[in-house]
Amino acid sequence: MSEVKEKESWFSPKNIKLLTDPIDSKNPITVLVLGICSALAVTVKLKPAIVMAISVTVVTAFSNLIISLIRNSIPNRIRIIVQLVVIAALVIIVDQILKAYVYDVSKQLSVFVGLIITNCIIMGRLEAFALGNKPWPSFLDGIGNGLGYGLILVVVAFFRELLGSGTLFGYRVVPVEWYIKNGGFYENNGMMILPPMALITVGIIIWIQRSRNRKLIEE
Amino acid sequence: MEHLINIFVKSIFIDNMVFAYFLGMCSYLAVSKTVKTSVGLGIAVIFVMAITVPVNYLMNKYLLLPGALSWLDPEFASLDLSFLSFIMFIAVIASMVQLVEMVVEKTSPALYNSLGIFLPLIAVNCAILGGSLFMQEREYETLAEATVFGLGSGVGWFLAIVGIAAIRERLKYSDIPKPLRGLGIAFILTGLMGIAFMTFMGIKL
Amino acid sequence: MKLLEKIKGLDRNGNTYTFMYASGLVIIVAMLLATASTALKPVQTKNVETEKKIDILRSIGKAEGVDQARNKHAFVAETFEKYIPEQLVVNSQGDSIQGLRAFSIDLKVEMAKPLEQRNLPLYKAILDDGSVKYIIPLRGRGLWGPIWGYIALNADLNTIFGATFSHQGETPGLGAEISTPEFQAQFKGKTIFEGDSILTFTSIKVVKGGATPNDPHGVDAISGGTITSKGLESMLRDCLWGYQKYFEKIKNSISHE
Repeated sequence: MSEVKEKESWFSPKNIKLLTDPIDSKNPITVLVLGICSALAVTVKLKPAIVMAISVTVVTAFSNLIISLIRNSIPNRIRIIVQLVVIAALVIIVDQILKAYVYDVSKQLSVFVGLIITNCIIMGRLEAFALGNKPWPSFLDGIGNGLGYGLILVVVAFFRELLGSGTLFGYRVVPVEWYIKNGGFYENNGMMILPPMALITVGIIIWIQRSRNRKLIEE
Repeated sequence: MEHLINIFVKSIFIDNMVFAYFLGMCSYLAVSKTVKTSVGLGIAVIFVMAITVPVNYLMNKYLLLPGALSWLDPEFASLDLSFLSFIMFIAVIASMVQLVEMVVEKTSPALYNSLGIFLPLIAVNCAILGGSLFMQEREYETLAEATVFGLGSGVGWFLAIVGIAAIRERLKYSDIPKPLRGLGIAFILTGLMGIAFMTFMGIKL
Repeated sequence: MKLLEKIKGLDRNGNTYTFMYASGLVIIVAMLLATASTALKPVQTKNVETEKKIDILRSIGKAEGVDQARNKHAFVAETFEKYIPEQLVVNSQGDSIQGLRAFSIDLKVEMAKPLEQRNLPLYKAILDDGSVKYIIPLRGRGLWGPIWGYIALNADLNTIFGATFSHQGETPGLGAEISTPEFQAQFKGKTIFEGDSILTFTSIKVVKGGATPNDPHGVDAISGGTITSKGLESMLRDCLWGYQKYFEKIKNSISHE
């Protein structure tokens, strides 16, 4: 790592860019179409979505770091398997930690923690970045992509929890008196809790992002 | 028998891997531009699912669960290897995919060429691992149940990708707002298809 | 050092290197995972135990303070000790089995056995007013996966004092409603036997379209959650069935006194 230090500072503009690009113009979900798989099913409520986002960020960052450290020694023929083993091991550790310290959230996440293994973002970043770059930039790239992924997750979860349950982080936001059953005018949108609305919400996010940044439009 | 049909129908329509759990979305969105390739990938997924879920069922039952190793030696009854299940499942899946890849390469070079990079990617297709993890979580009791569930989930994924591919082929002729073209509209369409599939929820079996 | 140089000299795509690399990786990963798993196991077990205790306490309505408690584990353990002084294991013939703790019984394993061989766990709770409640654990299958719960009976071993149900992955808004207080509140005051006779076990019926208000054995099914409701009904029947003989014995011993 000292090599990197000599050439450029740890947070040089180039390295910062590695961190910020994936959040908007190279967002793994809305631009690169990676990692949607395990993401959306955990976006009914904000809390599991945030835990999921953190878990993915940790796994992406550390698998990027580890693979980058050993990139020159991996035998080419078993490259994919080595990557899978490293990712799976990290995911198992994350899963065990979640089970030990945030038990109730880990129950809500159920199989989706395990599915981080097959999250395309992680494999995609290993192949596209970590195998050809030094450890520190790879680590930053991992964090950046994890955050970009997490951002979409949190935005989707925010709207789904607010509109679907009238709560945020489990705390009531829409006053109880507003509900029709209590003589008010409001009703939760039950559709938001159902899976299809997660997809439509992401579609709308993509729409907004691409109207702002015209370069991303597909022809 | 009725019970198995029940699982089969549910895993195709109600518990659809794509619409209910968003699994396998990466290849679902990337390969669904033409019907032909999506049929190929869909069949590969059915095949891999129908093999890996029962194989992983046996792994889970005879190696991983607490006390599962007692068939080897009663002393092992207290052993709990379930923390290894992720790594075990993914290893089984990776080797099965390798097998399917070799078979496809030998039997149908045309299909092999058109699927190209995506066959190895089945190994990291969330739907496949998801199938095995759901099998473990839902505690299917017999090998038959696990097999039927794997097959049904594969068929459900197949239907989803062929459906969206057919729609996307027609989309070329429609006037979609520019920022929505491509990915955006694919997401929204998947959502709408999901809503359509939800009508099956009312089915009483 | 010599070994290291030898390894460095190997062809990176050769068989020997690949094989050694793979074995090395597997050993390191296996060691790492085994360590992590062993180190975290006690905390995880504690979580599972505390949750089980909370569920049991919930069936007698003593789990309210849990969310406010600063040390959840300690609070739950203390409350559990206080209200549930006795736990026992019985068999379907009504004899109590010595040497087994109800709390460590895995109901999943027991339910897979034929009725005659099952070890049936039972908790005896004593509330603040001195009244005795019997808590019976339940486990069955819903639509998508396991459902479980606890049901507390009054000292007459007939009237339900409280019930709590959980599920793993029932449909939100439909089958998942079994875990809501509204659904569970319906069970209070229902009876599982016809009249006073212990021989007429009727369990609880989950009635689709709504039970008649005076039905002593019926609760309303969840609309749209038919299969979960049915699963709940058979869970209650299957789990309560085995205790009949034991109940009979207790009742007889009380009436003889």
